[in-house]
Amino acid sequence: MTKKHVWVAGVVTPVVIAIVLLLAGSPSVSANDQPSAANAEVKIDNFSFGPETLKVSVGTTVTWINRDDIPHTVVSTDGVFKSKVRDTDEQFSYTFTKAGTYPYFCSVHPKMTGKVVVQ
Amino acid sequence: MTDKKQDLIDQNLQDLNNDGVDRRGFLKCMAWAGTGLVWTLTGGIPMSRAFAKGHGKDAGKGGDFSFVQISDSHIGFNKPANQDVTATLQKAIDKINAMPHKPDFIIHTGDLSQLSKPSEFDTLDQVLKEASAKQIYFVPGEHDMLADNGELYLQRYGKGTKGTGWYSFDHKGVHFVGLVNVANLKAGGMGSLGHEQLEWLEDDLKGRSASTPIVLFAHIPLWTIYPEWGWGTDDSEQALSYVKRFGSVTALNGHIHQIMQKVEGKISFHTAMSTAFPQPAPGTAPSAGPLKVPADQLQRVLGITDVNYLVSGRSLAVVDSPLGDTGSTGSGSGRGLAVSDATVG
Repeated sequence: MTKKHVWVAGVVTPVVIAIVLLLAGSPSVSANDQPSAANAEVKIDNFSFGPETLKVSVGTTVTWINRDDIPHTVVSTDGVFKSKVRDTDEQFSYTFTKAGTYPYFCSVHPKMTGKVVVQ
Repeated sequence: MTDKKQDLIDQNLQDLNNDGVDRRGFLKCMAWAGTGLVWTLTGGIPMSRAFAKGHGKDAGKGGDFSFVQISDSHIGFNKPANQDVTATLQKAIDKINAMPHKPDFIIHTGDLSQLSKPSEFDTLDQVLKEASAKQIYFVPGEHDMLADNGELYLQRYGKGTKGTGWYSFDHKGVHFVGLVNVANLKAGGMGSLGHEQLEWLEDDLKGRSASTPIVLFAHIPLWTIYPEWGWGTDDSEQALSYVKRFGSVTALNGHIHQIMQKVEGKISFHTAMSTAFPQPAPGTAPSAGPLKVPADQLQRVLGITDVNYLVSGRSLAVVDSPLGDTGSTGSGSGRGLAVSDATVG
């Protein structure tokens, strides 16, 4: 290899490699910096939803898991989603595709209320 | 009234705080297991009759008829609080069948099943078939509304009823009204009767003589016991306004799996124990729900004495009898005072 070639190989190559690595490792551009998760969970126990207010980003699938020893349901007050009755250890999932506030309650024990805030 | 009875009544009166409920006594008494409530009408005035063995000899003396209330059988429930709710329901039926004075019918105040499953209703029917009283009246609990908003319950137990399962009937001069307050519940609310049912109720009671004894029965208590846990009915005030003019009104409820009683004017309210599992007294636990008690307490009975005052001369007295109890006492008088108690066994 000539000196010139060595120089190219020695300098250009690492630069090219560096650029390639840089591009490969760059974080994807995100339109917002809200706490985002593809999945989120609400635990049902002691006749309550926990957390009572859950903040998620658009596209998140929320899963309610019943850890109580009594069956419950998850019913949106605006008719957006409605679970079948969920006994202990059963779950219900819903994917929120639109931003908004979604209050819900247990139709069997209506004092149990919660809401999902989708941003 | 004998002196002894008067003493007992006086003693009970001292136990009351302002709202007529002896909370200390109540909290002491988490009677487990099922209960049977026996009513007897004597000459049109309801009197209590003991359900337990000791008082059997008095049963039926001059009484026109009696009936039994059972509640909250929750067939299908199988958690630690009671892993065989079918057996305890059976025990309640056995106790009814062993009564020397046969009740004319049974009223089940709801939560027949745990999850409204056909198999659960099947099992319930099998056990109830063994009852000596062949006529059984039902109202649904919220656990019976889980299959298509109560469609299956209506198919099986709602013949001849209206709307979500309400109805009325007359028996030997007493007017019975079965109400449904577990349908179309609103977020953040308690029990609810709804406009249509209230209109029907008003119409149903219209024109009846005020001397007709009225018995209302519904799953969730028709008076507000503990709103935080949903123990009350949002629109019961309107329903109660329709019965205000009657001389004798009794409301029989379930849902809370413990005995609570209250008298408001001429209306006497009473909630029954469950045949499946107890629940905590209001505010004594993080939430309502099945309360596990030590195995030896399942057999033992804790006693409570509640005194109901009725302003009018008519009084409906109730005797609650735990399944495993050996002795329970109850007494009532037609003179405006009713005492019901079950002693510690």
